[in-house]
Order: sequence, then C-alpha cells, then structure tokens
Amino acid sequence: MNDEHRQKSFWRTYVFSLDHKVIGLQYLFTSMAFLLLGFAFILLMRWQLAFPGRPLPLIGGLLPDAIAPGGVMLPALYNQLGAMHGTIMIFLGVVPLGVGFFGNYFLPLQIGAPDMAFPRLNMSSYWVYALGGVVMLLSFVLPGGPAQSGWTSYPPLSVVNPGQTVWLLGMTFLITSSLLGSINFIVTTVNLRAPGLTWRRLPLFVWAQLITAVLLLFAFPVLQSGAILQLLDRVAGTSFYIPMGLVVGGKMLERAGGGSPLLWQHLFWFLAHPEVYVLVLPAMGIVSEIIAANTRKPLFGYTTMVGSMVFVGVFSFLVWAHHMFVSGMKTSLSMFFMTTTMVISIPSVAILSCLLFSLWGGKIRFTVPMLFALAFLPMFGIGGLTGLPLGFLPTDIYLHDTYYVIGHFHYVVVTGTIIALMAGVYHWFPKMFGRFMDDRLGKIHFWGTLVGMNGIFMPMFIQGLAGMQRRLYDPTVQSHNLTTQFLSPYQLASAILLLLFQFPFLYNFFKSMTKGAVARENPWDATTLEWACPSPPPHGNFTSVPAAHRAPYEYSVPGRPKDFWPQWEKN
Amino acid sequence: MSESAAPAFPPSTPIPSGKLGMWVFLSSEIMLFGAFISAYIVLRMGSPDFGVPSEEILGRPLATMNTFLLILSSFTMVLALAAIQRDDRRSFARNMISTLGLGVLFLCVKMFEYHHKISEGLTISSGLFGSFYFTLTGLHALHIIGGLVFNGYILRNGLRGRYNAQHHERVEYAGLYWHFVDLVWVILFPMFYLV
Repeated sequence: MNDEHRQKSFWRTYVFSLDHKVIGLQYLFTSMAFLLLGFAFILLMRWQLAFPGRPLPLIGGLLPDAIAPGGVMLPALYNQLGAMHGTIMIFLGVVPLGVGFFGNYFLPLQIGAPDMAFPRLNMSSYWVYALGGVVMLLSFVLPGGPAQSGWTSYPPLSVVNPGQTVWLLGMTFLITSSLLGSINFIVTTVNLRAPGLTWRRLPLFVWAQLITAVLLLFAFPVLQSGAILQLLDRVAGTSFYIPMGLVVGGKMLERAGGGSPLLWQHLFWFLAHPEVYVLVLPAMGIVSEIIAANTRKPLFGYTTMVGSMVFVGVFSFLVWAHHMFVSGMKTSLSMFFMTTTMVISIPSVAILSCLLFSLWGGKIRFTVPMLFALAFLPMFGIGGLTGLPLGFLPTDIYLHDTYYVIGHFHYVVVTGTIIALMAGVYHWFPKMFGRFMDDRLGKIHFWGTLVGMNGIFMPMFIQGLAGMQRRLYDPTVQSHNLTTQFLSPYQLASAILLLLFQFPFLYNFFKSMTKGAVARENPWDATTLEWACPSPPPHGNFTSVPAAHRAPYEYSVPGRPKDFWPQWEKN
Repeated sequence: MSESAAPAFPPSTPIPSGKLGMWVFLSSEIMLFGAFISAYIVLRMGSPDFGVPSEEILGRPLATMNTFLLILSSFTMVLALAAIQRDDRRSFARNMISTLGLGVLFLCVKMFEYHHKISEGLTISSGLFGSFYFTLTGLHALHIIGGLVFNGYILRNGLRGRYNAQHHERVEYAGLYWHFVDLVWVILFPMFYLV
C-alpha cells in the first residue's frame, strides 16, 4: 500500500472506490443481503403453501390489513412476493454474486492484471446495480405495490397489473449495469492478461467469466428492447403486446390492438435462457479451480471443457423457445427447439464428466470448499437430468408450469450454483482477508445447507408429477393436490433449517475477517496467478508484473520436488 | 489507473482498450436495435391489424433529405479524423463543427416530421405502425443526441489542443459511434419509408 492510497478519504477508499477488489466486496455484501431478503420472501410463501389460510406466525400481526388481514396473506401479496423472489434472487442476488463479486475480484487477479480495464466504468456498474436494487425495493412502498406478474412478466397480464412500471424501470438499471460490467470483463480479459498467459493457459474460471460476459452482452439488450416495448404499452398507450379486442375484467380494452403477447415471450426468453448459463458458468469455473487445487492433479480434459463452455455459450442463443412449447407455437418450430435443447445438454454433460473424472486417482483433500465443490457435482447433475423431460415436447406438455419445473431449476440454481458460490467464498476467503474461515463451523454450514436444500426441492418433483401447478396461492383448492399436501410442512421445516444453518456461515465470515487463523500468500498450494500476490492484495495487486510460464493446473508433475508447479514460477 | 509506484503492465494485444470497448459496446447496440427491428418485422408480416399510413403522411422526400444529411455528417466525421491524423487542427475543427451542425439539422427536420405526423393523426398510440415508428425513430434520436454530446466533447478537447497526429484515439472512438448511429438510420429509413 503506497502513501498516495493511504491518504485517500474514507469515501474514496470504501464507498466510491475504483479498486476492483473493493467494488467486488461491495457486490458481495449487497448481493448477500438481497439473497437473504429473497429467502425471507419465500419463507412467507412457504408458510402459506404449508398452512393455507392460517395467520403468519411472528410477523403476521405486523403486516397492514390491506395486504394481510388478520395476518393471513392475500393472493395479491403472495403474487408480489413470488414475482419479487424470482427477480431479486436472479437479477439482484445470484448474478451479482457470481459475476459482480467473483468476476470483479478474481478475474483481474487470475490474469495477473493490476485492475479492470476501465475502473471508472466498473464503479458505475456497481452503483447503477445498487440503484436498480433501490428502485425494486421502493416498489414495496409506492402506490400500486411491487410487480405481481411473476419474474417472467408475461403480457397482457403484466400490462394491466399494477406495480409493473417500477419493475421495468428497475430492470433498466440492472440491464445497464450488467452491460457496463460485461464490456469491462471482455476488454480486461482480452487486453490485460499477464505476459505469457495465452488463451490455452487461461484458468477455467476466467474462461467461464469471459463467456458469461459475452452472453450478458448479447442477451440483455434484447430484454431491454422488450422491456421498453412493455413500458410503452403501460404508459404511452401502444399495443405491442395487446391483441385486438382484449377484454379485461369484463370491459374491452380501448387500444388500437394488433400486437402479440407471444412477442414478449420470444424477447424475454431470448435473454432468459442464456441467463441460465450466466448463472451456471461462473459456478462451473469456481468448481473447476477448487477441484484442481484439492485433488492435486491436472484437470481432466481442459480443452474439452473450454470447448464445451464456448459451445454452450453459442448454443444458449438457439434454445430459448423450449420455454414456450405450450404457447401455441408451430410444431415445426417446437421440433427445432427440441433438437437444439437435446444438443446443448451434451457439452453440459461433458463438463460435468470432466470434473468427475478429475477426481479419479487424485489425492483428495476434504477441505470445506472441496466439500461444497463435491456436492455441486451430483446436485447439479440432478438439476440437469431433470431438465431433459422438460426439453422433450411430449413430456413438457404434461410437466409445464408444475412444481416439477420449480424443482428442476432450483436444483440447477440453488443446489448447483449457490453451493458452488459458497465453495468459492471459502476457497478465496484467505486471499481476500489474509485469514482462514473456521473449519468446524464451515462443516456445520455445509451439512445443514445440503440437507435443508434437498428437503425443500426434492418433494417438488413428486408434487409436480402429481400435477400441482406453480404460482398457486392455495394448492388445496384443487383436490388432486391433496395427496401431496402433506409434503409442504416438511418443505417449510427444511426452509427454516436452511435459514438457521446460514447463521454459522455469517458468524464465521464476519468473525474470521479479523480473528481467523493467518493465511500465507498461497495457503492451498495452488498454481494460478491470484495466489502470487500478497493476501489481501494491495492496491494495484502485484508488486511486480507476473508472467505465466505454463498451463494453469500443473499439479504432481513427475520429477518436481513439490506437488504443484505455479504458473508464475520460471522453473 | 496510474499509480506512481505500480509496475508497468504491458497490454496483451495491440488494440487499445478504448477501441475494443467501443466495438464491444456497439455489438450490444446491434442486439438492442436488432431486437426492435425483429419485433417490427414479425408484427408487420404477422399482424392483420398493422395499418401502413399513406405516402402523404409518411413524407418520403423530407426523410430522404434527412438521410442524405446524416450520411454527409458521417463523411465530415471521416474528414475530421483524417485532418487530425495529419495535424491539421483548422480542418479538424471545421469538419467537427459541420458534423455537429448536420446532426442538429437532422433533429430539427425530425421534429418537423413528428409535428406533421401527429397533426395528421399518426401518433404513438394510433396503431402498430405509429407505435413502432415513434419508438424506433425516437430511440434513434436519443442516440443522435448522445452522439452530439460525444462529438461536442471531442470538439472542445480538440480546440484546447488535446489531439494531434500521434494522439487522437478518442476522435476515432467518437467516429465509430457516429457511423454506427448513421448506419442504424440507413436501416430504419427503408424499413419505415420505402417498404
């Protein structure tokens, strides 16, 4: 830390900092807060699903009568919580954590750069994101309340429902933020790599972040245009999504008409399918790093994995309409999207298989990050495999919009991505703060989290196969749901368990920041460049320009005195 | 970021980061306009209630002139960059001022066109054609305004002597953006006025 930096005021150092590491930490704390908020919403919803019509315990009495008379939530509140749970978890929680935090903090370190290519742009991308979050939160106190048309916001419902305008404005901020971020990530990766760090020597985490940035860059503008059209439908009286003669609440809508609700679905899913890979690719990158460092052998099939990630990235733009099989689309189109969906599952399986084969013959160290990374493999596997019946037209027609779908994508995003992100926090914590997190608390966190997550999502497959529809405020109104209703209280209990087991993590995190055991520069004996700089890295990261002399995962090279050969060591 | 004590990190490609960033940004802009244009094509081909207005309301001659103005401004932008590359600051300033003037003129004609169409009953809510017309040309006009701000900043810096034959990257970036905005209009013009 040089004198110039030391003299900077508190505001310039911690709030309006240009340092990619401080911005990364800002993303970390903001997105963790949003994840907890989104989780709190779902606890309320889970209570309603488990005990429909019974007053909410603890907070029921505090809610105003307009949204929850006598502590029982009204359907409108349930819909609002559902829409905002999805929006917050995806756009304000998981993506900012996986890309905003992990990408910002570790991508420059792993490529041996002093900072991002455009530090000012980097700072603005965080603040635009924060502004988007504030707008989303403000919608709870503004007249009309928050959005209640689901995170997918299908018109015509979303055009006539209250609260949607603020949601669209909030999304505009979030889209702008991710656009600024992805420009920065791409330019940084292309132009700021350390000498010798060729594309074939790039760590998989960097590849994953780069492809993610490209997906965000190309997919989000399409949602932006769709959102502008929806906004105009709401405020300017256009009818891009309003068909001729639409009747709402018994009255014909006075619009010119002629628009198509299906148009939104196409524009929305053109973003939202690549978005799935935006959620998953950083997780795969993190797990690759942790598995390589903790098996003490090179990753199996580096080239295959890079190729698969690139292939997934390209193909993710060609599968969007498998979300629309029941929309009345032409059968020939459905056939096309069914085929592309089956094709894109191949590289995903290839990546997972490579990670699995990497374990074979390794000297596995069961550290806490490794436990999380190992759990990712089967859990993400369940998420992926349960997606296949949804990609097939005949089976999807039955399963569409049931809890089976909810179970599928929560296995992908929660037990897959979030587990991997937790692994990443434990793995890189010593780099961020120069200290270790506590091992015993970490293991408690791991096992409680694993049990809690599976307890919530596994029953969803059964409920979905039994025909329980998603977005139902009170499932007991349909008699066929009564047979699976007994599972709901267990899911609520699992959700509470999952919440309780996050407290050891939070305690561990904040305590270890200042009190944890001191860590060396390279505490895991790893090989990639982020371990070459001091822990925590100072402003400017590296004390001298690092160089990469070899591939990223040279572990247990025969004839070497140590079982790891870092990229930065000349010989 | 220039830290006095920090070691010098060499870039890994010969392309300046700013130029790369501009190209990456423009590629996302292509997706933004591409989505709007696809939506327009889908509804124009597919919706039975599209309703294309008469030639009189469209006002083709005025729009043709506007297209010409914008292409001319792209040309003066190229001349401005060429001028600064050979250190001719007077020619640079003259051409940048022409570029800005032509851009402003384009917006004036656009306002006149809007006024004419609205008075003839073609508004953003009168039907799908009007909705798309005002949304897309409005978004394009916002991009023109952004380009005018960018070019004005370049002109100001140029007049203060910040650019010369060796150092003129930002003039080039502004040019890239301005040509892109012109290109968008060249696509919008036949879409709305000629087809």
